[in-house]
Amino acid sequence: MNITVENRDAISVLSIGEERIDAHNSQQLKEFLLQQLEQGNKQLIVQLEKVRFIDSSGLGALLAGLKNAALKSGSLKLANMQPQVLSMFELTRLNRVFEIYANADEALAAVQ
Amino acid sequence: MSMQLIQVDIVIPTQTKYLELIGNIGEQLVKKLDGYNGDKDALAYHLNLVLTEATANAIKHAPDQSQGIDTVRISICIDDHQLNIKVFDHGQGFDLEAVPLPDFDQPKENGMGLFLIKKLMDSVCYTKMAQHNVLEISKTL
Repeated sequence: MNITVENRDAISVLSIGEERIDAHNSQQLKEFLLQQLEQGNKQLIVQLEKVRFIDSSGLGALLAGLKNAALKSGSLKLANMQPQVLSMFELTRLNRVFEIYANADEALAAVQ
Repeated sequence: MSMQLIQVDIVIPTQTKYLELIGNIGEQLVKKLDGYNGDKDALAYHLNLVLTEATANAIKHAPDQSQGIDTVRISICIDDHQLNIKVFDHGQGFDLEAVPLPDFDQPKENGMGLFLIKKLMDSVCYTKMAQHNVLEISKTL
């Protein structure tokens, strides 16, 4: 899975470079998030700007990241979500579980 | 002009790399519906999602691959007013009625796929048969 990481102070801003997250690549996303947390990057911002499609396994991978971040006293925030992707969070009510920001700067301001 | 019925039958190996293909076929079919007056982009996205979830579910329940790669057959039938999908698998099957609703207060990583299908479509049923099982999904457009 194509994911780039930019470290800004103690915060890791991850940009997912895939248009689609489904059962074919969601496990890779889950493992990548877990790897970041295990490396000590506990404050994560995940940018979903390029993602135009997400299925239930993709939502599950992000949820696993959120739960693991919380277990390590960290956080996982989401930013730059396309409307159709946001609608999946609303349908599953995961928009109440995740902190969702319009862009990375707003998410960064919330962490700092 | 009379209403046109489109039917597409696809058979794929039980491998998740084909999910994108199946989803994209659904999106493209919706874009060919000249007489549909609703939100075509939303319907295209929903059909992509429903096909992806239903096919992923069939792949998940497929027989052990040590016995060889199995196949899933997906049948899509659509016109301006009705959408019908059938997904055939050869697995052990499952009890659709026994699948619980997700716990929205304490969500889990799994178990949201069938909920999404039910939420976006009008009817969903799963029938176990001797040769295969079939997940039938329909929606009035």
